[in-house]
Amino acid sequence: MTVPVADRPASRPFAVRRFFARHTIGLIGLTILLCAVSAALFAPWIAPHPPSAVNLMARLAPPAWVEGGSMTHLLGTDNLGRDILSRVIYGAQVSLSVGAGAVVLGAIIGSSVGLLAGYFGGWVDAVLSFLINVQLSFPFTLLAIFLLASFGGGFVSVVVVVALATWVNYARVVRGQVMSVTNQDYVEAARTVGVPTLRILRHYILPNILSPIIVVASFSMAQAILTEAALSFLGVGVGGTQPSWGMMLNDGRNYLQNAWWMTAMPGIATALTVLAGNLCGDWLQDRTDPRLRK
Amino acid sequence: MPLFLFKRFLQALLVLIGVSFSTFIVAHMTGDPVELMARENATLEDKQALREFLGLDRPLAEQYLSFVGKALQGDLGYSFVQQAPVTQLIAERLPATLLLAAAGFVLALLISVPLGIIIALKRNTVWDVVVTALAMIGQAAPGFWIGLMLVVLFAVELKLLPVSGYGGPLYLVLPAITLALQSAARLTRLVRASMLEVLNADYIRTARSKGLRERTILFIHAFRGAMIPVVTMAGLELAELVSGAFITETIFAWPGVGRLAVNAVYQRDFPLIQGVVLMAAAFFVIINFLVDVLYVVIDPRVKLK
Repeated sequence: MTVPVADRPASRPFAVRRFFARHTIGLIGLTILLCAVSAALFAPWIAPHPPSAVNLMARLAPPAWVEGGSMTHLLGTDNLGRDILSRVIYGAQVSLSVGAGAVVLGAIIGSSVGLLAGYFGGWVDAVLSFLINVQLSFPFTLLAIFLLASFGGGFVSVVVVVALATWVNYARVVRGQVMSVTNQDYVEAARTVGVPTLRILRHYILPNILSPIIVVASFSMAQAILTEAALSFLGVGVGGTQPSWGMMLNDGRNYLQNAWWMTAMPGIATALTVLAGNLCGDWLQDRTDPRLRK
Repeated sequence: MPLFLFKRFLQALLVLIGVSFSTFIVAHMTGDPVELMARENATLEDKQALREFLGLDRPLAEQYLSFVGKALQGDLGYSFVQQAPVTQLIAERLPATLLLAAAGFVLALLISVPLGIIIALKRNTVWDVVVTALAMIGQAAPGFWIGLMLVVLFAVELKLLPVSGYGGPLYLVLPAITLALQSAARLTRLVRASMLEVLNADYIRTARSKGLRERTILFIHAFRGAMIPVVTMAGLELAELVSGAFITETIFAWPGVGRLAVNAVYQRDFPLIQGVVLMAAAFFVIINFLVDVLYVVIDPRVKLK
């Protein structure tokens, strides 16, 4: 039997190349994300110096490739002589854990609201949609600073506030998706034979909206990391002695004139991590939204 | 169509009531302004007298209604910290904020619309890849960080522009660019996507088969269609620029409403915060409403609904 040329399995190098070509965006995003997660998890082993070790002899040392820099402090030191590379590595812990916490909390609140609004419709939908609209009309950064300045910062407060900023993302997407799924025949059938509402929501509807939730989650993680950086920059972040990227940006602000690296490095770390989240989001959206699939 | 607009108007009004109510509640949950205002040696009686003077002893609902009633007359309360009416404080700072927002907005549109259209027409070329990548980086980097890096480059190293402050037109350049780049990064990708979608639409094919000139098709037919989602997004961006420039104003020491608000938060100046949040939210709701009106003008399909 002869196999038609087109149906023959692609040769190995070609298949590999096609895989990379199709998933470039996702691969870049996942690689950066993996680096950031490893930095956070293995910080004590990777970081060349303890993050808070003060060395007044080596204050404001420039990065290694700039004149006057040395390999001891690859990315330079800050105003107290602390090693910036080590602080950036440890900073990943704060950013990623705030991001993860906010994603989980935001997804739970937002998806529940979206699920209820989309499934029950009517006045439930009217009330919840109204809440979503109100939330969207707030100048959020200001509200966040306000809440944190009044109730005090700390990890939990920051996670809650950032989750409050992102829950609408989930609510809007889930609401729309649930509305279209609820009208499907199999849901109607389940309702007719008397399947309890909670069971319908969990077993018939939730599985259908998981992929949009994951897409929103990766964009929201990026947004959460940006928000955390902005809050720490304004001095109402997680606080404590643990370095965070936003806090480092705030420290660097007063040394723009003579130590740009204090500001540049944590900013690049933030931008790369946020970029990774957005890239993963784009990629997942292309993968899971059949209308966009080429 | 009037019905559509009327509905939107009612919705906007409801949202404003919701915003004012939640602002009011949050402000009252977050602490007793009397504790912050009273002198250290004030007695309980003094504090009680102050509370009564400020009307803080009345029922919450009554306080809210009186707050709304006064707000409608343009009275947003009195800032105890600054010893001035909130409306006056905001009015003094508003021109600086509007100037910055307008400059940032115009700049953002000047960057994103032409750039988005060009890379849509040259899709999958080097230009497209480079501009899209730059836009993604612009979206990912914290806006204030881009601002600080611009300061390092143009103010510290090249000494072309002032580091911060308010004065001649030179002072406007860096904060406006900082705001514009954040918006432009988001808008460029939207213009590109929207333009690509329209170029594939049936009415463009019809225009082509009628033998219209390519330039006519692009600028008359495609452009108008492609701008519909862009108008919505641009409206949101403008609202964001007016109400969300807190950090940019803070890093450039720009004497606008945003910096006023950030300082108010640190000083726990509740009436002032309440006023700014309400004003910013009102801007947001009004701009959204205007976008809806504009929609009816540029998209004939909306009239049918």
